[in-house]
Amino acid sequence: MNYLPVLQLAAPETIVTLTVLVVLGADLTVLRGKSLAARFNVGALLSVLGCASAACLAFHRHVDANLFNGILVVNPAVDFIKVAILALTVFTILISTGGKFTDHVGEYLAIILLATIGLMFLVSAEDLLMIFIALELASLSLYILTAFNKHNAQSAEAALKYFLFGGMSAAFLLFGFSLLYGLSGSTNLGEIAKAIAGKGLDPLLLVAIVTTVIGFGFKVAAVPFHLWAPDAYEGAPTPSAAFIGAGSKVASFYIVAKIFTLGFAGAEGSAVWHGYVAGWTPTIAVVAALSMVLGNLTAIVQSSVKRLLAYSAIAHAGYMLLGVLGNNPPSASALMFYVITYAVTVIGAFGVVTVVEEATGGDAIANFKGLSRRAPGLALCLMVFLLSLGGIPPLAGFIGKFFLFSAVVSVGGNLGLLWLVILAIAMSAVSFYYYLRVLKAAYVEDAAADAPAIKVPALTLLALALLAALVILLGCAPGLLTRYL
Amino acid sequence: MLAWTIYITFFGVLVLMLLPRDNARAARIVALLTAIAGCVVAFVGAIQQANPGDVTTIVKVPWIPSIGANYYLAADGISLVLVVLTGLAAVSGILFSWNIEKRTKEFFAFYLALIGGVYGVFLSFDLLLLFVFYELTIIPKYFLIARWGSTRKEYGAMKLALYSFVGSHLVLIGLIAAWVVAKGQLGHASLDLIELSKVAFPIAFQHWVFPLVFVGFAILAGMWPFHTWAPTGHVAAPTAGSMLLAGVVMKLGAYGCLRVAMVMFPEGVRMWQGEIACLAVAGIVYGAGVALVQRDFKFVIGYSSVSHMGFVLLGLATLNTIGLDGAVLQMFSHGIIAGLLFGVVGRMVYDRTHTRDFNDLETMQLGKLIPFAGVTFVIAGIASMGLPGFSGFVAEFQVLMGAWTVFPKLTILAGVGIIVGVAYTLRAVQKGFYSDAPPDAAHHDHPLEPISIPERFGAVMLIAASLVIGFFPSLLMNWIEPCFKSPLFERLLKGGAL
Repeated sequence: MNYLPVLQLAAPETIVTLTVLVVLGADLTVLRGKSLAARFNVGALLSVLGCASAACLAFHRHVDANLFNGILVVNPAVDFIKVAILALTVFTILISTGGKFTDHVGEYLAIILLATIGLMFLVSAEDLLMIFIALELASLSLYILTAFNKHNAQSAEAALKYFLFGGMSAAFLLFGFSLLYGLSGSTNLGEIAKAIAGKGLDPLLLVAIVTTVIGFGFKVAAVPFHLWAPDAYEGAPTPSAAFIGAGSKVASFYIVAKIFTLGFAGAEGSAVWHGYVAGWTPTIAVVAALSMVLGNLTAIVQSSVKRLLAYSAIAHAGYMLLGVLGNNPPSASALMFYVITYAVTVIGAFGVVTVVEEATGGDAIANFKGLSRRAPGLALCLMVFLLSLGGIPPLAGFIGKFFLFSAVVSVGGNLGLLWLVILAIAMSAVSFYYYLRVLKAAYVEDAAADAPAIKVPALTLLALALLAALVILLGCAPGLLTRYL
Repeated sequence: MLAWTIYITFFGVLVLMLLPRDNARAARIVALLTAIAGCVVAFVGAIQQANPGDVTTIVKVPWIPSIGANYYLAADGISLVLVVLTGLAAVSGILFSWNIEKRTKEFFAFYLALIGGVYGVFLSFDLLLLFVFYELTIIPKYFLIARWGSTRKEYGAMKLALYSFVGSHLVLIGLIAAWVVAKGQLGHASLDLIELSKVAFPIAFQHWVFPLVFVGFAILAGMWPFHTWAPTGHVAAPTAGSMLLAGVVMKLGAYGCLRVAMVMFPEGVRMWQGEIACLAVAGIVYGAGVALVQRDFKFVIGYSSVSHMGFVLLGLATLNTIGLDGAVLQMFSHGIIAGLLFGVVGRMVYDRTHTRDFNDLETMQLGKLIPFAGVTFVIAGIASMGLPGFSGFVAEFQVLMGAWTVFPKLTILAGVGIIVGVAYTLRAVQKGFYSDAPPDAAHHDHPLEPISIPERFGAVMLIAASLVIGFFPSLLMNWIEPCFKSPLFERLLKGGAL
């Protein structure tokens, strides 16, 4: 067997792996004894260079290949998702450069990059085993990232919680996968679909569907499997939370959509109003509806902005699941548009929280008071991000919602899924209230008279400005992104 | 040409953001110049438009081809009327907020952002674009009120923002559903309002989707019983904010009802015509009745706005050309008159006396202290009552004429509303300015600052506009009337034309 094609096709991943080694090595040798800021800046520079070259390679090669029957699938669509994940990683690293939560700069950056490698392999896989391995690589890295603030007991608690929940969900997932293998005799998604098609819903398949939904429900933090999310977001160092909420979301939703539309083709069932048929779409419909309602309603009462963003992430996971159950090419591309723009926005929001947290010592809404005076640029960025999350045009979040909802309503051509979209739109009207609460603190309320101006680290400010510009640009000209999806 | 109203206004926002923080004077001047430029462009553009009956395309380029959205700006006579109104309201609002000292440049930046969005709504003929501009107005409204407002400002601002947002989301549901159905019928995705107005949506579909979209827009037009944001919002807002809310923002709602809901779903309108008229008249009578018993001067005007907007909705519900003409004219007229009333109460009275309570005002004899304010309010009050010679008369008269042929009983009730309107206006004039209660000596220690030049300009401008339209309604009717004979409104009027 010739392993050279593997290395060729996995070249972007290989580059990132090498970057991990370089970053670790540099931090261990050259940067030893330098100041924290210098280590962060140089480390970030190296990581960004590595990610950028990997992204360039992935973007400019136009390869269509499928190695070892679905272990490593490479095509332009997958490569574009990889580029998006790499870009999100770059932004995560940039907003973490001002952080003072750890002395282990090299390890922190290396683990972010390792998680990225896991996510990249994840989107390339069409085989249950590979999916599981890649998912675990990414998840284990995320647990560690959550625990990275050693000065804070909350961080360790959050990581433990995340880890225990994650371990459980992995067990569920593996159980479901084993049943699928037993049913079909294959671990390849396409062959599984062929084997189960036309046999109806036998009880084993039903169990497999439900456990798979549970497993991925944990990963994307959908209700009722969401309980880890608020604690993990709150306890984790803010850039880690941003990475959990952004990069890993993109990959997770891509693979969720792939598993269900590809692997469970033939067992869709139907979630249309008065036209219920058992299958995986009604299961996801229930999870989506619960996530939208519970996430949005709970976010209203939060006083910590990180917790608020966690609940809003749960709600957004609900909207995104709509894209999964749309189960056709337009809703799949609308889903990816939505997830990518959401990820861009959420990194920005967490970036602002990082700066405010460093400057004021907390992430409560009260800490944002008078932000428009203390840091006008930062406040403007925050406004763009939160309004986009709330779905105000002409920002990316609105156009994403429009794409997603219109694609889902069009499914089947009979407005059957309109009930879910009505629920989603009603809930997104609710969400506006809590985003506005944060903006009210930033723009309407005044800080204490002696509150000094907040100094924003240059790299972070650059990243935030770019992200805000991207949110506006993708809202006004969504064609820039949709043509690749 | 008219598109430049939008670009100029948003350009003004950019310039304001770049100004140094503490230069209030520069901010005022930039804002005023921007608003004047917008107003002049609106006037010239409107006059240049050769055929106001037709929808004249200003710009149409593909925006998001996959969903059929275009960047499509166009104008017909109805748009022209409202664009001109926006121009006038923008200029006068800035003149009446010349005394904003706190964070001046941010105030005017939000103010102009709101105006830019309003211009955009009135000129969009693409549904998505219209919706984008419509929602764009919500955020500046919120901050204008919450930051620079008065009585219970944060409550009023949040209430207004949430009502607007809920309304626009009702519209969004209808819009997405209509988009899907239209795609099925046309064979391609389209958000072009003119194209959609030719789609025959199934009757059962129109039956439920029309009320959704109509109510979604009508919330912002202050339709009873969804009006409650209006009085609190108007009272909480700073003077210029109230002037814009009553002057143009409520018109956005009414405009959306007419331009989107009614044109797209003509069968739906016919099914719900009676209900809309009932709610409209309920608003007229209720608003007037509540205005009659208020102690807060601004609440009187706030509720009177609900009452007057009831006439717009009643006019829309008539579905005949006279009623619709009246409704559009009433949008213009109320925009001018309500702006003036809020200007007098908010800027001339409240900013000087720091009270709007009739019990306090009665002891002040403001009619003698600031005679200009008194006279302006009397004139505005007369205009608001609907006396001949002012724009309000022509508009409300036409609405009532149109309504008489369709809903005679409701029309009589609406007439009662007018009489109550006379009563609350006279009461406000008497209590606010010309009370014969014994003067309270305490107030004479601090002489009130005289009415400033910008205020005089603003007031004279608005009075003149109302008078001109009162005497020469044909100036606007020549724009409005041909519209309702155009193919766009053919389906809407074919059942009920006079």
